[in-house]
Amino acid sequence: MVTENLVNCTIDGKSITVPERTTILDAAKMAGIKIPTLCFLKDINEIGACRVCVVEVEGYDRLLTACNNSVKEGMVIRTNSKKARDARKTNVELILSEHNTNCAICVRSGNCTLQRVANDLNIVGVPYEKKLPKQKGSRQFPLIRDYDKCIKCMRCVQVCDHIQASNIWDVVNTGAKTTVDVRDVYSLEDSRCTLCGQCITHCPTGALHERDDTDKVLEALEDPDKIVVAQIAPSIRTAWGEPFGLPPEEATVKRLASALRIMGFDYIFDTDFSADLTIMEEASELLEKLKEPDKNKFPMFTSCCPGWVRFVKGHYPEFVPQVSTSKSPQQMFGAIVKSYYADLLKVSPDKIFCVSIMPCVAKKAECAYPTMTYDGVHPEVDVALTTREVVRLIRSEHIQVAQISDSELDAPLGVGSGAGNIFGATGGVMEAALRTAYYFVTGKNPDPDTFRDVRGMRGWKEATFDMDGIPLRVAVVNGLANAANLLEELKKGHVQYEFVEVMACPGGCVGGGGQPIHENREMAALRAPVLYTQDRNTTLRFCHENPSIRAVYRDYLGSPLSERAEKLLHTRQDGWKMPSET
Amino acid sequence: MSRLSIVTSNNAQKTVEGLYKDLERRIQASQPGLCPVDLAEAFLHLCHAQSCGKCVPCRVGLGQMESLIESVLQGNADMSTIDLIEETAESIYVSADCAIGSEAALMVLKGVRGFRDDYEEHVRHGRCSALQNQPVPCVSQCPAHVDIPGYISLIHEGRNADAVKLIRKDNPFPAVCGLICEHPCEIRCRRTMVDDAINIRGLKRYAVEHEVQELEKNGVLEGQGHTEADVPAPERMDHTGKKVAIIGGGPSGLSAAYYLSIMGHDVTVYEQRHKLGGMLRYGIPAYRLPREVLDHEIEYLKQTGFTVKTDVSIGKDISIEEIRDQYDAMYVCIGAHTDRKIGIEGEDSKGVISAVELLRAIGDDQYPDFTGLDIVVVGGGNVAMDVARTAIRLGAKSVKIAYRRRKQDMTALPEEVEGAIADGCEILEMSAPVRIEKDENGNCKALIVQPEIVGPIVNGRPSPVKADLPEKAVHADRVLVAIGQGIDTRKVSELSGISIQRGRISALDTSALENVAGIFAGGDCVTGPATVIKAIAAGKVAAANIDDYLGYHHEIEAGVKIPPVRFDDHKPTGRVNMKERPASERKHDFKLMECGMTEEEACQESGRCLHCDHFGYGIFKGGREAKW
Repeated sequence: MVTENLVNCTIDGKSITVPERTTILDAAKMAGIKIPTLCFLKDINEIGACRVCVVEVEGYDRLLTACNNSVKEGMVIRTNSKKARDARKTNVELILSEHNTNCAICVRSGNCTLQRVANDLNIVGVPYEKKLPKQKGSRQFPLIRDYDKCIKCMRCVQVCDHIQASNIWDVVNTGAKTTVDVRDVYSLEDSRCTLCGQCITHCPTGALHERDDTDKVLEALEDPDKIVVAQIAPSIRTAWGEPFGLPPEEATVKRLASALRIMGFDYIFDTDFSADLTIMEEASELLEKLKEPDKNKFPMFTSCCPGWVRFVKGHYPEFVPQVSTSKSPQQMFGAIVKSYYADLLKVSPDKIFCVSIMPCVAKKAECAYPTMTYDGVHPEVDVALTTREVVRLIRSEHIQVAQISDSELDAPLGVGSGAGNIFGATGGVMEAALRTAYYFVTGKNPDPDTFRDVRGMRGWKEATFDMDGIPLRVAVVNGLANAANLLEELKKGHVQYEFVEVMACPGGCVGGGGQPIHENREMAALRAPVLYTQDRNTTLRFCHENPSIRAVYRDYLGSPLSERAEKLLHTRQDGWKMPSET
Repeated sequence: MSRLSIVTSNNAQKTVEGLYKDLERRIQASQPGLCPVDLAEAFLHLCHAQSCGKCVPCRVGLGQMESLIESVLQGNADMSTIDLIEETAESIYVSADCAIGSEAALMVLKGVRGFRDDYEEHVRHGRCSALQNQPVPCVSQCPAHVDIPGYISLIHEGRNADAVKLIRKDNPFPAVCGLICEHPCEIRCRRTMVDDAINIRGLKRYAVEHEVQELEKNGVLEGQGHTEADVPAPERMDHTGKKVAIIGGGPSGLSAAYYLSIMGHDVTVYEQRHKLGGMLRYGIPAYRLPREVLDHEIEYLKQTGFTVKTDVSIGKDISIEEIRDQYDAMYVCIGAHTDRKIGIEGEDSKGVISAVELLRAIGDDQYPDFTGLDIVVVGGGNVAMDVARTAIRLGAKSVKIAYRRRKQDMTALPEEVEGAIADGCEILEMSAPVRIEKDENGNCKALIVQPEIVGPIVNGRPSPVKADLPEKAVHADRVLVAIGQGIDTRKVSELSGISIQRGRISALDTSALENVAGIFAGGDCVTGPATVIKAIAAGKVAAANIDDYLGYHHEIEAGVKIPPVRFDDHKPTGRVNMKERPASERKHDFKLMECGMTEEEACQESGRCLHCDHFGYGIFKGGREAKW
C-alpha cells in the first residue's frame, strides 16, 4: 500500500495535518477557513491569474496564491493578514476597473462570482480609472460574448480546450490589450463552435451568455392568432427549480407546466414524447443497418445532441455519414406538432408557435437550420429557450412558483416514457434505444434495468449486450474531449462498436450549457438521479409502449422509417454546413 | 559662487542609472510572441521621455505618433492611420535636430515597415497576428525543448539521476551538452530580470557528473566505478519489425537512433568514419569534450539496441538506393564535414591545413606535432578558436588568429575568444588574408594580410574596408583555415527526390522531405553548420515523425515525478559561473579545461530558478509536456 506523506501546517492559527501536495486552498478548507477565489476552477483552471486567493506565508515577503500552491511542512499561513487583505482588495478593484459593472441589467446579477467577491470584500468604490474594452461581435449568434465583462480568467479557454476539445477560444494580444477571443477566425459565426455552452456555465461573470429569446416568446403569447405550445426537455425537470430554491421533487415538470400556463401558453407538452419517437426511429435505423453489416459503416452515432452534431461536422467531418439521420427529439416534436397535431386541432400549422425549453444553447441554432422545417420553409420549432431563460421569464412574470400547484401536461404529446425521460442524462439515449431494440429483435421486453451498465458520470463507458444471440458493442461518451478521444481511437482501429451515444456536455443534458449556473459546482451528477428515479417509479418504461407513440404511428406515420416518418422525422446531416465545411 | 564644480550625481540620478540597468536586463529577457505594435508604442514612450524638449519634431511628434499607435491598438484606426504614422516618422527622422528624435522616429519607421502586417491586423480585426503562446522561456529557446525547470528542481532536491533521466526524455546527450552546449536556453532566462540568467548548462553538467554515484549509492548500479555507459537505458517498447536506416552517426543520427530503438523499431546507423560521434568527435577538441565522456554516452545510447555499421561510405560501399529499398524509412543526417577554401593565392601550399582536416585527425587520435612552429589561424568563429587553442596544445611557438573584422565582431562566443587569448593566442584583428607565400619547396612561409578599417554597418555588422596601409607579412609555418564547413551532398543527391538547395538538403520542419515519402533529413546537412543541440532536436523530431510515418504513435516519457514547486522571494543573487583550469596549466594538455560546480554551488544556482513552468504563463499554456 502506498502511504501518503502528511505535512503539518498552521493556517490562521489553526494547526492542521494534510496530505503532501494539498493546496493551501484545500488545506484551509479542511481547517474550516474560506479563501476567496475568482479565476480558480478545480482541475480545469488552476493558473493563479486573478491573484484574489493570495495569502501570506511566514518567511516570505511576497504573497502566494492558495489555489495552485501546496502546503509545506511547518508552513505558517495567514489568509487574511493586512498584506493579503490589501493585495486581494486591490486586485479585485483592478479587475473592476476593466469590468462593466452594470449589474442591474446583467443576466448574471446575483449569480456572479466577481459581484460576490467584491461584495464580500466590502468594496464600495474603485479608486482607478474605468477602462472598458470595446464591444464587438454579433448579438444574433446564440452565444454572445461581452468583451467589457470578461475578466480574463481563462476558464472558457480551458473548458473549451480540455473538456470540450473544441479549441474555439484563445488568448489574443499581449500586455494591456490581452483578451480572450475566437481562435483562428474573427467571429463565432465563422468558427467551429459547437454551441455546447460550457464556456457560459463556467464563466464567473456575465461575459458569456446565450442570446435571449424570451421577447419572441412574449410576443407570440400576446398574439391572439397564435397557438403557443411548449415542449419541455427531460433534463429541465432536474434543474429549473434550483434558482428558486425548490428541490427537484417539488420543481416537477407539472409545476413548471402550471407556471407556463399562467404565462399564457396554450398547450404544454413533453419532449419525453418525442424522445420516445426518436427511439422508435433510431432503434429501427440501427437494426436496419445491422441487417446489412457489409453495406454500412459502424458505429452508428446518435444524433439527438446538436452540440455533438456541430462538433462532428466541424471537427471530424469524415464521421458525419455515420451519424443517425433521425432528427433530435426537439425537432421531431416540432415536426409532429406542426403536422399530426395541427391536423388534430384542425388548424393550419402556421398558427402554431412552438417553444422548446431546453438545457442547451445549441438547440437555438438547431431549430434554425434550413433542414429543420415542416414545409421546406417554416421552422418546426420557433424558439428554443434555455432553462435559464425560462427561469428569467417566470421571474419577470412574478410567478411565485413555490405557491402554485401542479398541472397535468396536455394529451397526447404530453405523454412520455421513463426511457424517454432518461434522455437527459448520459447513457439515457443508449439505454432507451437498447430497451426498444431488444423488443424489436426478440418481440419481448427485457428487464428495463438490463442495460444499466451505461449509466453514470464516467466520460467514456462501453458495454457489450447480447441481442438475442448477437453481441452488440456500444459506447457512451459525454464531454466532447471524450468524444474526440473515441473518434481518434476509432480512426486508429483501436476500438470497434456498433452504436455510440455522444452527449456534448459532461454528464449529458443534466450538465447542459443552458442549465442554471452554480459557482464552481458541477451539477450533472446531482441532477441525473432525478431522471433515473422518475424512470424507476413509472410503469411506462419502454418507448414503444407509450400509448401516444402507438397512436401517432397507427393514425399518422404508419411504421418507423415509413415514407412519412422519413420525411418528417429524419434529416440529412449534410443538409447544412458548419463554417469549416466546404 | 565658485568658478567650477565637480560633477556629482544626485540620488535620483543614481537610482535612474540603476533602473537603466534593470531595463537592459529586462529587454534581454523579453519573451518571444509579444505584440510588436504594443512594444513599438512602449519603446516610443521611453524615447519621448528622453527628449530634451527643445525641438518640435521630437517634443511633439513622438507623442503624436504614440497616440496614433495607441489608436491602432485600441481598434480606433483605419489604414490611413498607418500611413500617417509612417509619414510622421519620416518627417521626424529628417527634421529632428539630434539623434534622440531621429533615431526614435527610425525605430517607428523600421517597425511600421518591418511588421506592417501586425499593424494592419490590429486595424482590420482589433487583434495582433503575433503568436500568442508565451511558454517557459528556457524550454522554448531550447531546440529540443528539454524540461529545464523540471530538472533544475530535481537537482535542487539532490535527485541528480532523475534530473538526467528527465533530460534524456528530450535530449539523449546530457553529458555532451553539459559540457559543450551553446545553451540558447539561457538567453531569455527570466531570472535575468532579477539579476542574471541561471547557469543551466553548468547545472546539467553537475547532474550528469553525479548521476552514476547516486545510482551506485541507491543500489541501481551494484558496486563502484561505473560510468554513464552502465546506466540502464529505457526499456524497448514492443518490437515493431520496422527497419529504419540512419545515414550518419553524429548527434542527430544517434538521437534519432536512440528514440526509434526505444520505440521498438530496428535501427541501423551507417557511419563513414571509424567511430561514432560525428562532429562531437571529429570537430570538437578533447579539452572541451573528453573522448571518454563521449564514448560512455554513446555506449549508453547503444544499449537501446541499434546496429552500428562504421567505416561504411554511402555511394562507395553501399548505394543510397540499396538502403532505401532495404528499409522502411531513412534518416539522412550526414552533417557538414567538408572544408571551405579562402580562395587566395598560395592556398595550395604545404602546411595550409583546414580546421576540419586537423580536428578530424585528432578525432582519431592522430595528433600532429606543432612544437616550435609559428601558426596562423584564419577565421573568427568558434572553430577558429578551437583550432587555435588546439595548436597551442600541440606545442606551437606562437598562434596568431587573423581576422578581417574587429575582435568584437567575431562570431565565436566571447568566452572562447577570451579563453584563446588566455591560452596564449594573439588576435590580429582588421587583417584580411590576401595570399600565402611559400618557399622554394612549396611550404607556406607567411600569410600576407591587408590591414582594414572598420566601415559602414551592413546587415547589422560593420564591414571591413581596405585601409590606406601597406600589406603585412605574418610568418607562418602552418596556416589553419577555419572559415566554415560545407556539406558533401554528392552521395545523397543521386537519390531522386532529394533536393539540394544552396548546398544543403531541403527538408521540411518535420524533417520529412517534400514529395518523397519515407525519407527524412536533419542536422547540419539541412541547416548548415549549427549547434549540437539543434542537431539533437532534429533527430528527436525525425524520430517522432518517422514513428508516425511507420504507422505508430509511441510516446516517450521520463517517468519522473517533478517535486512540488519551491517558494522564493527572488532576492538578487549572483550567477555561479564555470571556472576553468589556469591557462598556464591547461594549455599543455587536452584534458578537460572547464571545472564542474560544487554541490554548494549547484544548490544555490538551482535555487535561483524562477520556475516559469509554475509561476507565469507556463502554468496556463506552453508549460510542461510530460511526453512527446
